[in-house]
Amino acid sequence: MNPKDEGKKKRRSAFSRRGFLQGFGAGTGVLATGVLAPEQAEAAPATPVQGPGEVAITLTINGKPQNVKVEPRATLCDTLRTALDVTGAKRVCDRGTCGACTVIVDKKVVYGCTVLAIDAAGKRIETIEGLAVAPKLHPVSKAFWDNDAQQCGYCTPGFVMAAKGFLDRNPNPTLEQVKKGLGGNLCRCGTYVGIRKAVLQAAKEMQGGRNA
Amino acid sequence: MERFEYANPTTVKDATELLGATWADAQVLAGGTDLISLMKDYVVSPKRVVNIKGIAELGKITPGTAGTQIGATVSLDDLTSNRAVRAAYPSLVTAALGITSPQIRNMGTVGGDLCQRPRCWYFRQGYGLLAMKDGKSLVPNGENLYHAIFGGGPAYFVSPSSLGPALIALGAQIKISSPTATRTVGADKFFVNPQSADMREVDLKPNEIVTAIVIPPGVTKNATYEVRQKEALDWPLATASVALKMTGTKIASARVVLGHVAPTPWVAAGAEKWLAGKSIDEATAEAAGAAAVEGAKPLSQNEYKVQLAKVAVKRALLAAAGKAV
Amino acid sequence: MPNYSWPPMDKRRIMGQRISRLDGPVKASGRAKYNSDLNPQGLLHATLLTCPHAHAKIKSIDTKPAEQMKGVAAVRVISKEGTEIQWAGTEVVAIAAETEAIAIDAARAIKVEYEILPHLVHEHDLAAAGTRARASGETIEGDPDKAFADAEVTSEGEYGIPVITHCCLEPHGSIVQWSGDKVEAWPSTQNVSGFPGSLAQPLSIPATQIHVHMDYMGGGFGSKFTADRWDVEAAQLSKAAGGRPVKMFLDRATELTIAGVRPSAYAKIKTAAKKDGTFTGWQSQTWASGGFAGGGGLNATLFPYVYTKVPNKRINHTAVSINAGTQRAWRAPAHPQISFLCCSALEDLAAKLEMSSLDFFLKNADLTIRPDVYRAQLTKAAEMIEWQKNWHQRGDKTAGPIKRGLGIGVNTWGGLGHASACRTTINADGSVAVDLGTQDLGTATRTMVAMVAAETFGLGIGQIKIGLGDSRFPVSGASGGSTTIGGVTVSTRKAAVNALGKIFDLLAPIMNVPADQLEAVDGRIQQKGNPSKSMTWLQACAKLGTQTISETGENVPRDAPKEGLINQGASGVQMADVSVDIETGVVKINRIVAVQDCGLVVNPKTAESQVFGACIMSCCAALTEERVMDQTLGRVMNADMEFYKLAGIADIGEILVHMDITPEHDKKGIIGLGEPPAIGGVAAIANAVANAIGVRVPMVPLTPKRVLGALSNRRMA
Repeated sequence: MNPKDEGKKKRRSAFSRRGFLQGFGAGTGVLATGVLAPEQAEAAPATPVQGPGEVAITLTINGKPQNVKVEPRATLCDTLRTALDVTGAKRVCDRGTCGACTVIVDKKVVYGCTVLAIDAAGKRIETIEGLAVAPKLHPVSKAFWDNDAQQCGYCTPGFVMAAKGFLDRNPNPTLEQVKKGLGGNLCRCGTYVGIRKAVLQAAKEMQGGRNA
Repeated sequence: MERFEYANPTTVKDATELLGATWADAQVLAGGTDLISLMKDYVVSPKRVVNIKGIAELGKITPGTAGTQIGATVSLDDLTSNRAVRAAYPSLVTAALGITSPQIRNMGTVGGDLCQRPRCWYFRQGYGLLAMKDGKSLVPNGENLYHAIFGGGPAYFVSPSSLGPALIALGAQIKISSPTATRTVGADKFFVNPQSADMREVDLKPNEIVTAIVIPPGVTKNATYEVRQKEALDWPLATASVALKMTGTKIASARVVLGHVAPTPWVAAGAEKWLAGKSIDEATAEAAGAAAVEGAKPLSQNEYKVQLAKVAVKRALLAAAGKAV
Repeated sequence: MPNYSWPPMDKRRIMGQRISRLDGPVKASGRAKYNSDLNPQGLLHATLLTCPHAHAKIKSIDTKPAEQMKGVAAVRVISKEGTEIQWAGTEVVAIAAETEAIAIDAARAIKVEYEILPHLVHEHDLAAAGTRARASGETIEGDPDKAFADAEVTSEGEYGIPVITHCCLEPHGSIVQWSGDKVEAWPSTQNVSGFPGSLAQPLSIPATQIHVHMDYMGGGFGSKFTADRWDVEAAQLSKAAGGRPVKMFLDRATELTIAGVRPSAYAKIKTAAKKDGTFTGWQSQTWASGGFAGGGGLNATLFPYVYTKVPNKRINHTAVSINAGTQRAWRAPAHPQISFLCCSALEDLAAKLEMSSLDFFLKNADLTIRPDVYRAQLTKAAEMIEWQKNWHQRGDKTAGPIKRGLGIGVNTWGGLGHASACRTTINADGSVAVDLGTQDLGTATRTMVAMVAAETFGLGIGQIKIGLGDSRFPVSGASGGSTTIGGVTVSTRKAAVNALGKIFDLLAPIMNVPADQLEAVDGRIQQKGNPSKSMTWLQACAKLGTQTISETGENVPRDAPKEGLINQGASGVQMADVSVDIETGVVKINRIVAVQDCGLVVNPKTAESQVFGACIMSCCAALTEERVMDQTLGRVMNADMEFYKLAGIADIGEILVHMDITPEHDKKGIIGLGEPPAIGGVAAIANAVANAIGVRVPMVPLTPKRVLGALSNRRMA
């Protein structure tokens, strides 16, 4: 489940501070504050420390485990887009506001720009690429198309994923619920009218699909 | 973001031991909705990040006769979905739902809401909690539209916590652990109005983590009202949380706490005093609002927040009393 | 000359239909690859080190710490020592590295010393601008002094609309590979055909050596017309790194700081009228800033907006230079600001007259540039917003804190098609390609080109292969000013008609029908009106044997109106219905209606989307959107999407769009639609708020602070 980490094998036995020493090197001057009191050193935690260099992890994306090396500072969004070439999720505000990077992790919609890739290791990551195999369209994507719920389209994958996550929890929403449920995404071209209709249509079609 | 090393402990003991003697050593990662951005903006650049989401005991909501205990890494979504919490603490649920992004509610945690750093744009651009440049605060004559109207300086940021005002009104206690000890502090004492640049805005040491919040039983009516401009994800401009102990239709005692108006959630003592013995109607609520904002000292651009705080108190009281706002 | 005219309205099979956009499936499934998504082999990642000061001289730059870092491939100084920088965010050094994180680490390691110089970043207080303000002359028509002296009613007001940014979701930037004597570029641009030219000069290589590719782009709104400094630097870094591709897209803060703004606009306005509502006089003193160059572009000829034929007017403008990122075209440059300033002043005049603003706008319609059109549109919009039922004199007198009001804003725009060339190829296997060097910004250009071609060939749109977004295709203009649709539909139509003519020439002897008696309908070539004498498209094309037909068509703007295919001069009216909580100052939009003319509507579905989008952008500008700068720091304080506030899905109310689709509008030809509906919405919302609360909020966006401020000023008065 957890990161396939080389660091894990060499479980550290002594200082909890050792990671600082390894990572940043002595003599940089930053360590003065990190010196341990002896009793703390006694009670060394059993938890391994990884990084700050690259760590090998496995991300389970749309059901497929993928191995990738990341620095702990790498976000899930950047790792998907750059290291794994999974580019449906877009990087826009990059500060957890606009929702263009929305992906679903362990069944919950999250901002990929604000999740560390290393923290997503072992979790189930769903991206828009996993919704349907080309040329097929997921009912949410189809509804976005039918209702012209995109212009430039850069916010669209994030909106589609937010809508998918919303409908999974609210299969039969009202318009008011749709408005509240998609409050974490922004569009600049102004496609909200189409998106409202699209989500309501998708709800209907997905229900229909289930009952059929 | 600077490089850092990363640890994913499974016990509180491990987690606190992985923390450092200074804030620059290590930071706690829970939901990440604030920390990751702070690191991207170099507001904090820890050498180590300690993820506490792997600690199972922190992720639980435990009802009990002594009150409801909410673990620090309970997500805002889990909080608002919890039936017992919904029934007893509407003020908390309203505050959490005021964060109108499902993504943030899914990621963000209760502890993170309390420990998140101010959104003050001077702070975020590296000028510290006191927003100092050349020995002077940038705020009083700067862009202080969203800044404090209470607190009296030298800090003018507003506490960003959504849950803080409600928790204080509900009389919650906050449990804190360090490698060597645990302690409990009242939510009202947890938030600190920093008086110098080296102070922190919450009562936490670098090697401590918030482990849980305990809300005592006994409050009958409570509500939160938030004034925000946008319905989509947006910070409130002013909020009020109230909790009332009732004797019949009369208020035995009231807690009234304002949010987003001071460096801490702001206890409106004047309003609390005024409300004792009253029953709630439009006029009482209005007067309580006026009492709540007595002594406000707005800055050059934020006089309007006095009015917003006043209205928030009025509407929170009416909501607590089950009257339409 | 071949007959290029559009098929009659009632004969069109595809044009005029509500067709879902062709690239909808790839966009809605995340499969569309934007240039910012590409990860070509050997890619380097680049970033910029920018100046944190609003006005400063560079004393020294030490790039060594960056150059010595592992993983850094190239470092280039953009602003050399001695450079005087005039706004924060100015590019100083560019760095390319193996990863983006390394590039950013390297940028932070560079040491730059500045000599800090005094700056000004605010222009709202004209008195404080001092020598930074430059008056640009006075325009007088009629006798404004006499008009005001004789006026039965006058009104005075101050109005302001701040700088806003484009905030394109796909940031500015590109991937560029300069290897040997060839440059391959993958930018995010509104100008595929023009991009090589703008990159060629700074790189000192012939434009012919530059090849631009762009299938999709994530928003431009007027800010992405030419190669920018960062694109040039991406190329230079690529060259310096031995020809590896370099990716340079701006981070959000830089995007919002230097990648373009819409200028502000402020005004003191005086208006005059007769008691019966006849508008007689106008006087405006405006000032604005579009950044260091001053600017603002508040063209005097547009005052008072669409009511320009008012007989007496005096118009002054002052441009203010500030130390902030420079203006770029922003959807209908200057028009939204001027519409807001003028419609607000006219609404205030109507209120002073105790007249419905609808009646005032209607009564004076003869002073507009298109009286009949505006009269009809005002009437239609009033019906849609239930004006008769919902309008009241200024100030909603009903009890409670929620006050409701209605307001009007108007628009006008040119929208004549730009120069465009198109090549249509027909192959013996029946396949058809239409290629042109245009771009689809999300306006559905791709779809409408296919519709025109399919209409012409009598085929389905799925049978046409559209090629755009490549600078090797025939040249089309930049997508700005609502000029694209006119340009590309004409060039496509002509190329297709020309190609079809070749097919007819080929078939005439075979079918024994004169070429001019053939037509293409429903996948067949037939004798006009006689399906019995026909052959299928495939059979027809098979007759090409080893030949291929390749024909071009061109739109030449100066000839275009004469041909009747396209036109200029769109009009529209927006009305807003708002509710204002006078205790909190929070404004909620109940409904916006937009009545819009754009001549012949090629695709009503995507046209409506343009209008919806424009109305929503207006909601943002009217309620939340504003660049905030700090005078002490000289920097943008809200260069993020948290405090640079855009409306979300719940913040826009209900929007109703009515496109004027009638034979009369249709015969004007195609007119561009991107800009006009983005103009009037701010005025409509601001006027609705004034109508609701009984007092003018002088400045937008209409934040709780400003609404409460206006209400409390009234209470004090």
